[in-house]
Amino acid sequence: MISVPPCLSVVNLPQRRRGAELTQRIMNLTLNVWRQKNGNDKGGFVTYKVNDISEDMSFLEMFDVLNERLINEGQEPIAFDHDCREGICGMCSMHINGRAHGPWQGTTTCQLHMRAFKDGDTITVEPWRASAFPVIKDLVVDRTAFDKIQAAGGFVSVNTGNAQDANCLPVPKDNADDAFSAAACIGCGACVAACKNSSAMLFVSAKVSQFALLPQGQPERTDRVLNMVKEMDALGFGNCTNTGSCEAECPKEISLENIARMNREFLMATLKK
Amino acid sequence: MSKLDSKIPEGTLDQKWTTYKSTVPLVNPANKRSIEIIIVGSGLAGASAAASLAELGYKVKVFCFQDSPRRAHSIAAQGGINAAKNYQNDGDSVYRLFYDTIKGGDYRSREGNVHRLAEVSANIIDQCVAQGVPFAREYGGMLSNRSFGGTQVQRTFYAAGQTGQQLLLGAYSALQRQVGLGNVQMYSRHEMLDVVIVDGKARGIIARDLITGKLERHSGHAVLLCTGGYGNVFFLSTNAMGSNVTAAWKAHKRGAFFGNPCFTQIHPTCIPVSGDHQSKLTLMSESLRNDGRIWVPKKQGDTRKANEIPEEERDYYLERRYPAFGNLVPRDVASRAAKERCDAGFGVGASKMAVYLDFAAAIQRYGKQQATKLNEEHASAARITELGKEVVKEKYGNLFEMYQKITDENPYEMPMRIYPAVHYTMGGLWVDYNLMTTVPGMYALGEANFSDHGANRLGASALMQGLADGYFVIPYTIGAYLSGMIRDKGIPTDHEAFVATEKEVQDNLNKLMNIRGSKSVDHFHKKLGKIMWDKCGMARNANGLKEAIEEIKVLREEFWKDVRVPGIQNEFNVELEKAGRVADFLELGELMCMDALNRNESCGGHFREEFQTEEGEAQRDDANYMYVSAWENKGNNTYELHKEELKYEKIKVSARSYK
Amino acid sequence: MTKFLTSSVGKKAVMALSGLFLILFLVEHLYTNIPLVYGDGGVEFNETSHSMVHMLIIRIIEVVLFLAIFVHVAQAIILTKENADARPIGYKIDGTKKTSSWISRNMGLTGSIIFFFIVVHLWQFFVPYRITDSVGHNEGQLTLAESVVKAMENPAYVFLYLVSLVILAYHLSHGFKSAFQSLGLNNKKYTPILDMIATGIALLFGIGFAAFPILIYGAKLMNKDFLHWNM
Ligand SMILES: Cc1cc2nc3c(=O)[nH]c(=O)nc-3n(C[C@H](O)[C@H](O)[C@H](O)COP(=O)(O)OP(=O)(O)OC[C@H]3O[C@@H](n4cnc5c(N)ncnc54)[C@H](O)[C@@H]3O)c2cc1C
Ligand code: HEM
Ligand code: HEM
Ligand code: SF4
Ligand code: F3S
Ligand code: FES
Repeated sequence: MISVPPCLSVVNLPQRRRGAELTQRIMNLTLNVWRQKNGNDKGGFVTYKVNDISEDMSFLEMFDVLNERLINEGQEPIAFDHDCREGICGMCSMHINGRAHGPWQGTTTCQLHMRAFKDGDTITVEPWRASAFPVIKDLVVDRTAFDKIQAAGGFVSVNTGNAQDANCLPVPKDNADDAFSAAACIGCGACVAACKNSSAMLFVSAKVSQFALLPQGQPERTDRVLNMVKEMDALGFGNCTNTGSCEAECPKEISLENIARMNREFLMATLKK
Repeated sequence: MSKLDSKIPEGTLDQKWTTYKSTVPLVNPANKRSIEIIIVGSGLAGASAAASLAELGYKVKVFCFQDSPRRAHSIAAQGGINAAKNYQNDGDSVYRLFYDTIKGGDYRSREGNVHRLAEVSANIIDQCVAQGVPFAREYGGMLSNRSFGGTQVQRTFYAAGQTGQQLLLGAYSALQRQVGLGNVQMYSRHEMLDVVIVDGKARGIIARDLITGKLERHSGHAVLLCTGGYGNVFFLSTNAMGSNVTAAWKAHKRGAFFGNPCFTQIHPTCIPVSGDHQSKLTLMSESLRNDGRIWVPKKQGDTRKANEIPEEERDYYLERRYPAFGNLVPRDVASRAAKERCDAGFGVGASKMAVYLDFAAAIQRYGKQQATKLNEEHASAARITELGKEVVKEKYGNLFEMYQKITDENPYEMPMRIYPAVHYTMGGLWVDYNLMTTVPGMYALGEANFSDHGANRLGASALMQGLADGYFVIPYTIGAYLSGMIRDKGIPTDHEAFVATEKEVQDNLNKLMNIRGSKSVDHFHKKLGKIMWDKCGMARNANGLKEAIEEIKVLREEFWKDVRVPGIQNEFNVELEKAGRVADFLELGELMCMDALNRNESCGGHFREEFQTEEGEAQRDDANYMYVSAWENKGNNTYELHKEELKYEKIKVSARSYK
Repeated sequence: MTKFLTSSVGKKAVMALSGLFLILFLVEHLYTNIPLVYGDGGVEFNETSHSMVHMLIIRIIEVVLFLAIFVHVAQAIILTKENADARPIGYKIDGTKKTSSWISRNMGLTGSIIFFFIVVHLWQFFVPYRITDSVGHNEGQLTLAESVVKAMENPAYVFLYLVSLVILAYHLSHGFKSAFQSLGLNNKKYTPILDMIATGIALLFGIGFAAFPILIYGAKLMNKDFLHWNM
C-alpha cells in the first residue's frame, strides 16, 4: 500500500492559495549580517534596514536589493555564494536566524522565499561556521574540504571506455531508488553548519551509501569507506554524536540512515582490513 | 572561404567516425606524460574531458569559477539524456536519433558531427552506469526511459528531475579520482580572462584567482574551453547567475570564429516573471510535457480561475495545431505558440503572460491505472485522484515542490502557469570535426561550441553532446593535434606573450576599477537583457534588430563611462567579476543582433517575423541560408562573416512538420 | 587497530560498546538489588553480594566494568574536546534547539553528573565493602544491606539519587538509540523500534533504581524498619 504522500501538503509551506491575482505582501525588515573583509579579518555584525521587500522575492533577491543599494551608496556589497538559484548546485550557504538555509525544511537559501518572514522581523545572517570551512569573505566560506573527501574515494574506478552495456547490470529498483536518494546530496555543507559538532558525517555517508547500495560500488567498497572517513577526520570535522540536526536541515533531506550505513560499512571494512 | 575547413573525414556517413578513430595519429604514453592540457570549465563537457584525458596520461589543469567543480551549471539539467539504445524496442536506432537531431535543428547542423554524436550516445549511458549514476529503473532492474519533445520514441534516460546533477556528479567523481591520483590539478574559484597565443597557437591562459584577485599565468600544449552557454546575455534566463561568455569571447577576440551567435533556445515551460526583483528564471523540465497538457481559455482576457473554466471553453492549442506531436512538439515551436496566444490576448495569470500546464488529466489517468493495479475496482473519485497524485509525485515531485516554493501555488490542485524563457544557446565557438576552433590548439566542447544542434536543440540532447564531446570525441581528436607537439617542451610563463597578455588583462581590470561611475553592473546588465529580449528574443525583425544594435552601442559606451565597481582588484570582488562578464555580453549582444539581421529566414529558434508561412510557421530559405555563420572578430567591434556551407548527403532536406 | 580507535567512527563505536556494556551492568545491578525489598532483614541480598565477590567471573567482569567506565569517560572527554575545536567561532543565534533534542546535545553534561554520582556511590558502598572492609565483614559492622538503608535515610542522598537517576534515564533514552546508530545497527525500519526500547530502558532504570531510595526513605517517614517491612 502506498500511503498519502507527505509532499502533497508540500513541506511546511503556508497553505494559502493566493492565486496569481492577489496583491503581494510588502514588508520592512532589519538584517544583522556578518561582515568580514577576508580570512584574516576579525569580522563582526552590521545592521541594515531593508524596506519594500515583496513576499514573492527569494531570500537572495532580497540580498540583491540590499547590495544594489549599498553599491549606490558607495559601500561594498555583501559577498555571498550562489549560482544556480534553483536549489541544486549547492553553492548558496547562509545561516539564517540560527538555521542553516533558514526556516523552511528541505529548502536551500536560494529557494527560501520572503513569505517565510513577516513585516518588522529582524533576521540574523551568518556564514557556515566550522574550522574545516574557513571564512573567505562576509558570508562566503571555503568548502574545498568536501572535494578532498570525494577525491579520497568517492568514485568508482572505471576509466572511460571500460564499461559494459548498461543493462548487463540490473539493479533492483529499491536499491536504485535508495542510491538515488543518497546521491541527491548537493554538497552544500548545511549538515556541517547545522551540526553542533561540525561533523561531515551526513555528507560523507551519503556518498558512501550511494556506492555501497549499487553493484558498481562493490569492488572498492572496503577501501572507499576507510579512505573517505580517514580524509574526513584529517580535515578537522567534528565527530557525530547522533543529534540529528543535519538531517533536519539538509535541503535534500538526506536520511540519517546513511550515517548508520556508513558506520556499518566502516566497522565491516575494519574487520576485513 | 578557405579559413573554414570542417575537416569532416571521407567515407560514407556511418563509416566516417570508425575510420577516423582507427587512422587518427596517436601520442605514445611516455610522451603524454610531458604534455599539459588546460581545461577551462568543469561541467559535463569539461569534467568528462578532464577525467578521460588524465586517464590517458596527459597532465591536466582544470579551472572553474565556482568553489567546486561539482557546481558547474550542468548540475541544473533536469529532464534527461538521450541515447540510441532502443531498450524500449520501439524502433529507435542510431540513424533515427541522428535524423531527429538534424530535423529538430531545422537542417542547420553538420551531418558528420551529428551522426558521430548518435553513434557514441549509447556508450555514454554505459559509462555513466558503470560510474554508479543512479538512473531511474523499472521493477525488473532495467533502465527506464521517457520521451522528450521532437521525437516519437522513448530514448531519454533520467534520474528523477535531477539527471544533470547525477551525470555531473558521475563525471565529477571521475575527475576527483584523477585529482586524487595527482593527474589533474584543480583550480576552483579561478576565472579565465584571456588566452595566450604563441606563434598562432593557443599555449596558455591568464586566470584570476577569485579569492586573492591575483592574475596567474598557466602554460599548456592545448587549451579546451568547456565554459557553457551565454544565455545570460538576456539577464533573465534559466542559466546560473555566473554563467557567462567571457572565456569564449576572449577566445573569439584572439581569433576563434563565433558560430551562429543568434541561435538561442527559448524554453517553453518556465515559471513566469513575478516582478522587477526577479534575478533568474526557473525551468520546469520538458519532461512535464509528457503528462501535462498546455492550454489557454478560449475567451480573450478570461479572468476566471483555471478550475472554473469548463473543458469546452479551453483551447489546447498545441494539440489543436500539431496533432501528430501534440504537447511534445520541439521547444521552439511550443514557445512561439505560447507567445502567439499571449500576444493575442489569451494569456493567464496576473501579467497575462502565461499559459496553463495542466496535470488534472494525467492524475486521473494514472489514478485509474493504479486503482486497477491495486485491485481497487470500485475506488471512489477521491481515491483515484489521490492515487493519481501519488504517481505524479513520484515522477515529478521535486519539480512540483520547486514550483510551489516559488509561486506559493499547489500544482497538484491548480494548473501550473508557465511562459517561455531563454534557456540554451546553440551558437558558440565555431569548431571543426575535431572540436578545434579556428585557432590551432584551442578546442571548444559542450554548450560553448556551436556544433551539433543546428538552429534548435532537442530536449535531453545537450547532456548527450557535452558528455560525448568529453568522454568519447576529444580523447581521440586531440591526438591529431598533439601528436605534432611531442617535441615541444612547453612554453615558460615568462615568455613575452604571457607577459603581454597578462598586461592587457591587467589594463582592462584597471580600466573597470577606475571608472568609479554611478551605476551598478546589474543596472547595465538588466538594460542589455531587455533590449535583447524585446528585439532579439523569441521573434525578431529587421527594424528591431537595427535599433537594438544602435541601442547596445550606446549602452556599451555608457557602461565604460559610468559603471561603478566598488572595492579593489586584489581581493574577493564579486562586482568586478560581474563587470568583466557584462562588458563581454555588451559586445556579444551586438554580434547576436548582427547575425540575426543577416539571416533573412526563420529557422529553429531564430524566428524572423518577416519570414513565416501563412499559418505562422517558420519559413526557411535553404537556397540562401543553408550555412553556418562564422564570425571573425576584426577588432573594435567589427566583424567579418564567413560561411560554412552545409551539405546533406544522407538526409533529404524538407520543411519541418510536426503536424 | 589504532587507526580504527583514532578514527571518528571508531571512537564512536568504542563509546557505544562501553555504553552498552554499562547498560548490561545496570541490568545485572538492578537485579541483584531486588532482594533488598524481600523484608528478610537483608539476608539474601547480603549473601548474594558476598558470594558474588568470590566468583572469578564476577571479578573479571568488575575489572571490565571499571575499564568500561574509564574508557567511556575518557572517550567522552576526547570527543567533546574535538567537537568544540571543530567550531572555534560559534553562531550568534544557535538554532540547534529547533532541530535536535536537548538530551542529544547534552550527553557530556548528563554523563558528567552520572560520573559524579558514581564516584559518590562507590565511596558509599564499594569502598567500605570491598576496600576498607569496614562494612559487611565482621560482627559489629553494618551489613551491606544495613549500610544501604542507612545511607538512603539521609534526605540529601535521596535527593542526589533521584536527580541522578532522572539524568541517567535521560542519558540512556538517547544513549541506547545512539549506540545502535553508532554501530551501524539502525535503519528506517528499526528506528521506531529502537526508540521504543530506549524509552523502555530509560523508564525501567529510572523507576527501578529510584524505587530503592524512595521506599527506604518512605519507610523511615512511616517509622517502619525497611529491611523487615513486608509490603
Ligand atoms: C535549467 C536547465 C535545465 C537543462 N536541462 C537539460 C536536460 O534535461 N537535458 C539536456 O540535455 N540538457 C539540459 N540543459 C542544457 C545542459 O544542461 C547544458 O547545455 C549543459 O549542461 C552544458 O554543459 P557544459 O559542460 O557545456 O557547461 P556548464 O555545465 O555550464 O559548465 C561551464 C563550466 O565552465 C566554467 N567557466 C565558465 N566560464 C569560465 C571562465 N571564464 N573561467 C573559468 N571557468 C569558467 C564554469 O565554472 C563551469 O565549470 C539544461 C540547461 C538548464 C540551464
Ligand atoms: C560516567 C559518566 C558518563 C559520562 C561522562 C558519559 C558521557 C557520554 C557521552 C559524552 C556520550 C556521547 C554522546 C553520544 O555519543 O551520543 C555518551 C554516550 C553514551 N553513554 Fe554515557 N556517559 C557516562 C555514563 C554512562 C553510563 C553509566 C551509561 C550506561 C549505563 C552510559 C551509556 C551511554 C550510552 C549507551 C551512550 C551512547 C553511545 C553512542 O552514542 O554510541 N553512559 N556518554
Ligand atoms: C539506587 C539504587 C542502587 C543501589 C541500592 C545500589 C547499591 C549498590 C551497592 C550496595 C553496591 C556495592 C556492591 C558491591 O560492591 O558488590 C553498589 C556498587 C556499585 N553500583 Fe550501585 N546501587 C544503586 C544504583 C546504582 C546506579 C544507578 C549505578 C550506575 C549509574 C550504580 C553503579 C554501581 C557501581 C559501578 C558499583 C560498583 C561495582 C560493583 O561492585 O558491582 N549503582 N551499588
Ligand atoms: S548531506 Fe544535505 S546538507 Fe549535507 S551537503 Fe549534502 S545536501 Fe547539503
Ligand atoms: S547533526 Fe551532527 S551529531 Fe551527527 S547526526 Fe548529524 S552529524
Ligand atoms: S544557488 Fe544553487 S543551490 Fe542555491
